[in-house]
Amino acid sequence: MVTREEIFRRVQDIIIDRLNVKKDKITLDATFLDDLGADSLELTELVLAVEEEFSLKIPDEQIEQLTSVGKVVAFVESCLSASSG
Amino acid sequence: MNRRRVVVTGLGVVAPNGVGVPAFWESCREGRSGIGPITILDPSPYPTRFGGEIKNYDPLNFFEKNEARKIDRFAQFALIACREAVQQAGLGEDVVRPVADRIGVVIGSGMGGFTTIESQHKRLMEHGPRRIYPFLIPMMIVNIAAGEVAIRHGFKGPNTSMVSACTTGNHCIGFGLRTIQYGDADAMIVGSSEAGITHISLAGFSIMRALSTRNDGPEKASRPFDRDRDGFVLSEGAGVIVLEELEFAKRRGTPILAEIIGYAANSDAHHITAPCPDGEGARSVMRLAVKDAGLQPSDIDYINAHGTSTQLNDKAETFAIKEVFGDHARKVKISSTKSVHGHLLGAGASVEAVATVCAIREGVVPPTINYTTADPDCDLDYTPNAKVAHQIRHAMSNAFGFGGHNGSVVFKKYEE
Repeated sequence: MVTREEIFRRVQDIIIDRLNVKKDKITLDATFLDDLGADSLELTELVLAVEEEFSLKIPDEQIEQLTSVGKVVAFVESCLSASSG
Repeated sequence: MNRRRVVVTGLGVVAPNGVGVPAFWESCREGRSGIGPITILDPSPYPTRFGGEIKNYDPLNFFEKNEARKIDRFAQFALIACREAVQQAGLGEDVVRPVADRIGVVIGSGMGGFTTIESQHKRLMEHGPRRIYPFLIPMMIVNIAAGEVAIRHGFKGPNTSMVSACTTGNHCIGFGLRTIQYGDADAMIVGSSEAGITHISLAGFSIMRALSTRNDGPEKASRPFDRDRDGFVLSEGAGVIVLEELEFAKRRGTPILAEIIGYAANSDAHHITAPCPDGEGARSVMRLAVKDAGLQPSDIDYINAHGTSTQLNDKAETFAIKEVFGDHARKVKISSTKSVHGHLLGAGASVEAVATVCAIREGVVPPTINYTTADPDCDLDYTPNAKVAHQIRHAMSNAFGFGGHNGSVVFKKYEE
């Protein structure tokens, strides 16, 4: 079972790799558009990278609601526990 | 009509024979080839396995990692050349309104972001539409280089791109010239870029048998006007020029490198790839450019020829020059710097315009290298193999492209 901390760490790595931000800015509360300075294309890029990393599919209608790092981590966690449970 | 005078105040180049104008021009002048084996892809399936690559190119020497990923190779070249040209012109990276509103950009490309299109098409086929890079479209569109330049430098004036195969560069220069002459802008960043050494492009030009296949001697392959020429050499890179209205440049106190006084464009209206056999389109466009410059053909001291090293072009261009220049065709200095840097497709005319301005400034005609065997169909003075010191007051640079597009520009040594 992948832990919440493990998911957060992997999401953090994805963000560092794609946005010009320092690791300590990527907190669970950080929002992509305001705090991390992503534009809408970068947000799509991050979502697709998360899908690939965790082998899951994020429905389009969900994407708009994933506005912060914490929400992404929680979404991934729920997907993984649903598929393993 | 009293036209506003337009001068050149900045030059920038990314070319196989040199990144940066000093290295590029030295190689052109000394006739040192920039052609070598293709390394950025596996060329083994193709009949041509060499070209003019930007050697050891690492985007991270010029861009942040996250930035580089979102900019196609062709637009990167444009940005690097632009940075050099704008720096020389002293336009800086921090122009503000209202001056920024009067500075525009015309940077084109023959093909655009083919590297990106190919890699993303592969992903699409292999992994489906959800694995496509979200930056695909803005990375591949031809006009993105002009857009990126404006974004980075804050130039808010007229901004567009011309696309006309190998004539792209001259059309961009001409469009910029007219924009300033007409008063729509005071400065224009003009030029073009290409990153055309890709699988689809190599395959496409190969199947047309347009490329030289001299794999045992890449440096000898680009041999314009030589009897044994066997096609052009595929190259990549970018050329960017800063054009300014004379008074605008003087007020800013920036050094003036040359004046641009003539431009013309027309069409063969003949065939998709072959030039008119009698050089009709090329002939008229040169005449029109000389007339636009307010000169007589005998005033031209140097012609930077299109000179692709294909059988058809070099013969038709020679014929056209003889028709336009009459007796003067035997006296005017001609050379094709493509012999050194290969054919940069859409970026070709722009780097050749840079070479032409350098030639005027130094009073040196760069050579046509690899010229060993005379061709009865090409019997003019192409400045074979070694540079020639020559006072150049007026110089013309030609470009002719697939689709039948022709464009010529005329530069002049700057005098008060």
